[in-house]
Amino acid sequence: MEPLVAEKVAPSMPRLGSLAPDFQAETTHGTIRLEDFRGSWLILFSHPADFTPVCTTEFVAFAQIAPELKKRNVELMGLSIDSTYSHIAWVRNIEQNFGVKIPFPVIADLNKEVATLYGMIMPGESKTETSRCVFVIDPNGILRAMIYYPLTTGRNMDEILRLIDALQTTDKHGVATPANWRPGEKVIVPPPKTTEAAEERVHAGYECKDWYFCRKAL
Amino acid sequence: MGCINADGTLIASATKLLRAMQSPISLEEAARQTELPLYRVRSSMREFLQARLVEEKDGRFVVTAAGKARISTQP
Repeated sequence: MEPLVAEKVAPSMPRLGSLAPDFQAETTHGTIRLEDFRGSWLILFSHPADFTPVCTTEFVAFAQIAPELKKRNVELMGLSIDSTYSHIAWVRNIEQNFGVKIPFPVIADLNKEVATLYGMIMPGESKTETSRCVFVIDPNGILRAMIYYPLTTGRNMDEILRLIDALQTTDKHGVATPANWRPGEKVIVPPPKTTEAAEERVHAGYECKDWYFCRKAL
Repeated sequence: MGCINADGTLIASATKLLRAMQSPISLEEAARQTELPLYRVRSSMREFLQARLVEEKDGRFVVTAAGKARISTQP
């Protein structure tokens, strides 16, 4: 458990299917490393700034889905280019004004280190604020999904829950999920990779429109 | 620093965690006992180790004499 050495970070974009970039950061819950979340899913998300209206609605909304995420072994962690003191004041303000306690840590990324590492800053939108990014990192530290929203538009929590359900269903059953899929609905059987498998597929008892398009109930 | 204040006192969750480590315990067991998220336990443990309030033996953690002394001053 040696402290990580701070290095200058080059701007980058994370890649799906690769290890999520490692970091150590100061948060409202103390010093946290990405590796501290191993064994759990993590939703790392950024917001433009504390004490702004859309971000406040999002924080309330993230706090409201936190219990559902917990049931799915998912932790949340926020980030913006603000100080720990600003974050503390804001989450206290949210509790006072909206009656919602923020249960997750928030990274104080004043030096933009994590924001730069994860490509959270879109200079065309703002050079001093992070856009509304969501990174879904699995229990092995692999980046599994990314969502980027502009400064003006609050995120959809139902979609974030749906995304988690879809990813976990894929991992558990080795299937894919169709457009607008919801838990309980039929899933997509991954297409066959050989002519022999394609032939077998037709007779495998799946609901097939064609050899490449088969669905099944779980 | 997140669980040890500048004056050396502990925040409530840190006290709870230290009290759970009277005998050697894994981080996962500590998380279950204290109902703290595992990431919080891992993060706090780094601070405890640095402050020598706990020691590690074969992947299990136990409070030190200094840690016991610190707990005794906590409410």
